[in-house]
Amino acid sequence: MHGVLASDRRSIARAITIAENGGSEAQKLIASIYGHTGKAHVVGLTGAGGAGKSTLIDKIVREYRRQGKTVGVVAVDPTSPFSGGAFLGDRIRMQDLSTDEGVFIRSMATRNYAGGIAKATKDAVKILDAAGKDVVLVETVGAGQSEVEIIKVAQTVVVVHAPGLGDEIQAIKAGLMEIADIFVVNKADKENADKTVTDIQAILQMSSEDEAWKTPIIKTKALTGEGVAELVKKINEHRSFLRNQAKREREFLKAEAELVEAIKDRVADTVVFSLKKREKYQELLKKIIERKADPVSAADELLRGIGVE
Amino acid sequence: MIRGENKMQSTRKIRVLIAKPGLDSHDRGAKVVARALRDAGMEVIYTGLRQTPEQIAETALQEDVDVIGLSILSGAHKTLFPRIMELLKKKGLTDIMVFAGGIIPEEDVKEIKKLGIREVFGPGTPTEKIIEYVVGKIHKKA
Repeated sequence: MHGVLASDRRSIARAITIAENGGSEAQKLIASIYGHTGKAHVVGLTGAGGAGKSTLIDKIVREYRRQGKTVGVVAVDPTSPFSGGAFLGDRIRMQDLSTDEGVFIRSMATRNYAGGIAKATKDAVKILDAAGKDVVLVETVGAGQSEVEIIKVAQTVVVVHAPGLGDEIQAIKAGLMEIADIFVVNKADKENADKTVTDIQAILQMSSEDEAWKTPIIKTKALTGEGVAELVKKINEHRSFLRNQAKREREFLKAEAELVEAIKDRVADTVVFSLKKREKYQELLKKIIERKADPVSAADELLRGIGVE
Repeated sequence: MIRGENKMQSTRKIRVLIAKPGLDSHDRGAKVVARALRDAGMEVIYTGLRQTPEQIAETALQEDVDVIGLSILSGAHKTLFPRIMELLKKKGLTDIMVFAGGIIPEEDVKEIKKLGIREVFGPGTPTEKIIEYVVGKIHKKA
């Protein structure tokens, strides 16, 4: 814990591994650093694969470094549901930054957690935050519109799109449209880039939820860095915007989501373990197999037995 | 306190860094090994081409890997490998298992092993052999 707070890189790396492996060691670690979190600006980057997120992150980090800020990056890639392994290749596009002492990059596998990030991503962000990073960037898996878990982790969500990826604007209507604080149209040199921008504008006009913040659409060329300075400016503007009621509301929702998830995990572990030890459990299992009881009613009966209505 | 901790939640994964030091122009072999290790259930971080020893050592540190596989085709292993091993030592990463592969002449293998690189897998080594080796050595450590 002390190493993390002192921003020692080895300690940070070890801490993230502990968090990934879960269990009581992870719990103790997070509990010990939690009081030191809440300072970093957490920015999530999501969007379909091939849009250029990793390349864009490389340029965003450089811009922040120019501004004298320190940055943590958590890049998430999917775990294969068959082998349990993962190929973590986001780092390739950021490798020149690996020897910059003000940057810490960590690749994570989802380990089959759904929603575009890993279960331990939140913890990795907390660790980098506690270690004093000014900004923590989280790159999600990049599969598309089901990746909305990022809103539980990030304060600012940037959705990256690129023209001609094959998925029409209609495909990103649900989910991603709603969580975006900033839209980026990358590969802005491509022919239909302007059309992509106007398409997004049209959809945004139809669904203006957070009217206090006008979701901007930034054109970028991640390969050359064009548009990145403006993007970072908007990200910083969003942070300022959040320093008011909107932020407190989001913080409340995030905290609640985390608490409920923690409670559910505890319940799953302790209650199930306890119920399995009861005689009634084996009785009901038999009944389910004999089709004399259905699983949900059986669960209700077991829970009533320990006073849960 | 959690009783009956779910085993799945505390599953340790073997994290491997596959690195390409030097100026190799392609990475077909490295990618074959990377994919094989992934299919064997490991989390493989791949650096991409043209890595300096500093980049490789720092990446190994940040990613907290258990294993490093160095892939080199250019013949520059005699200068690059010692530098990499020295940096790993300096950063306190001596418990990482390092192996090498690519175009490395038989007569250089002994010297390379003296640096602390555990094994050298030449071209054509069946990936199963590499997987078995990594899994075997890591589980012995655990």
